[in-house]
Amino acid sequence: MFAEAALAARTDSSVPVDDVEEINYGNFMGSLAERQGHQAPLMAEMIGSRCSATRYEEACASAGVAIREAVRSIRSGENDVVLAGGCERMTNLSTAEVTEGLSTAADDLYEIRAGVTFPGAYALMARAYFDRFGGEREDLAHVAMKNHDNAMPNEYAQFHREITVEEALDAPMVSEPLGLFDACPVTDGASAVVLVSEEYAAANDLDAPVSVTGSGQGGDSLALQNRKQLAVTPATERAAAEAYEDAGVTADAVDLVEVHDCFTIAEVLAIEGLGFYDPGEGIGAARRGETTATGERPVNLSGGLKAKGHPVGATGGSQIAEMTRLLRGDHPNSEYVENATVGVTHNAGGTVASAVVHVLEVDR
Amino acid sequence: MTDAGYDEWLDAVGENEGYYLECPEGHGALPPRRVCPECAAADLDRAALPESGTVETFTVCHVAGPSFADEEPYVTAIAEFGPVRLTGVVRGTDPEDVTVDTPVEADKGTNETTGEGLLVLRVR
Ligand SMILES: [Zn+2]
Repeated sequence: MFAEAALAARTDSSVPVDDVEEINYGNFMGSLAERQGHQAPLMAEMIGSRCSATRYEEACASAGVAIREAVRSIRSGENDVVLAGGCERMTNLSTAEVTEGLSTAADDLYEIRAGVTFPGAYALMARAYFDRFGGEREDLAHVAMKNHDNAMPNEYAQFHREITVEEALDAPMVSEPLGLFDACPVTDGASAVVLVSEEYAAANDLDAPVSVTGSGQGGDSLALQNRKQLAVTPATERAAAEAYEDAGVTADAVDLVEVHDCFTIAEVLAIEGLGFYDPGEGIGAARRGETTATGERPVNLSGGLKAKGHPVGATGGSQIAEMTRLLRGDHPNSEYVENATVGVTHNAGGTVASAVVHVLEVDR
Repeated sequence: MTDAGYDEWLDAVGENEGYYLECPEGHGALPPRRVCPECAAADLDRAALPESGTVETFTVCHVAGPSFADEEPYVTAIAEFGPVRLTGVVRGTDPEDVTVDTPVEADKGTNETTGEGLLVLRVR
């Protein structure tokens, strides 16, 4: 899978594999799911490279940090070409095993031992949000419907199936108040992005109109119980502040966003944490049509984790790949953002105990 | 397997001698912590856990991991006990009767699936 993604990236970038100086590989639960640790050198071998390869693990934000470290190493002058992305295989496990594997992103003693599953943790945040700010399951159903709609033309999406609000509301409960359609699916997948320095792009006459202009990362307590508030995500706020400052942009300048919607409520928390909405205002954004494809600032035009799929350790890389295609104009949904110049990607780990934000800009 | 700090703490909760770790600034934390997560103070003392807490958020879980297979559906809640919060399984009421602000007390129970100790939030 990773080789397939890397081949696609190689073709797209026209950068030969011999020029790749480092591989930054994101993966979360390979040691559990495939009983294979030390996956990075194996992945280098899969793509015919002998360069140094390192696995990054930050739960669902694994590929986000892999990309971020690639950006940093290129900026430092250390590298000119880095292949970054990730891979996750999950469908070989039963639902119960996946549930258990994913829950290891939470606090083992205080959360997992108390029966907190991954959906359960976001359900706790959703209930806290509803209690503090208002909102209801129907608002979340609109997020799910929007992301399924966006995935329809995306050839890389896991689901090509429209859903209705009623269908989402009638689906079986996973962890109340979250139902089946509030959750991202279990996905096998890989992502690969070739990042190059400006000098390398110029010297090799590469057609690379999209640049990563800002990068930020933020952290928070691992366990929900240790956070000051449960309905906001300060890790996202910190990552966004750093990335925006780095790029010299403000939230207002952002035209489109790919956010980490592992659950519908996560998209709401993300667009608030990224500064597009005040706390408590993001819940109705999809329902009001502001974040849909034709809205003023489309969110998750790729389909998001919800419908594009969430191969945990690969997701952060796929967000960069999708945003690049969207800005470049060769994504099936590029037509909705024809004049867009600034895109933001947001990748979160666990219950946003870590978050990585990137700003991408296109030369038009 | 023993979990340093946690097992001892859970036993204490079960014996009505629950505690948390308090720094000179009054920040609360739960073991094992060597320094205050809030202000990095290194002198932490034990303080008595308040007897009663209130549910701040909860979820009725219908799809459990293998270690909770025999419990579905069960309610997990985060409850506030003064300067700390505890995450536990709510017992002593029907799942549909739990609400935000339900008063609870902390106790040690048993996970029926694994036989391990479990933090229980018992409805008062
Ligand atoms: Zn302190």
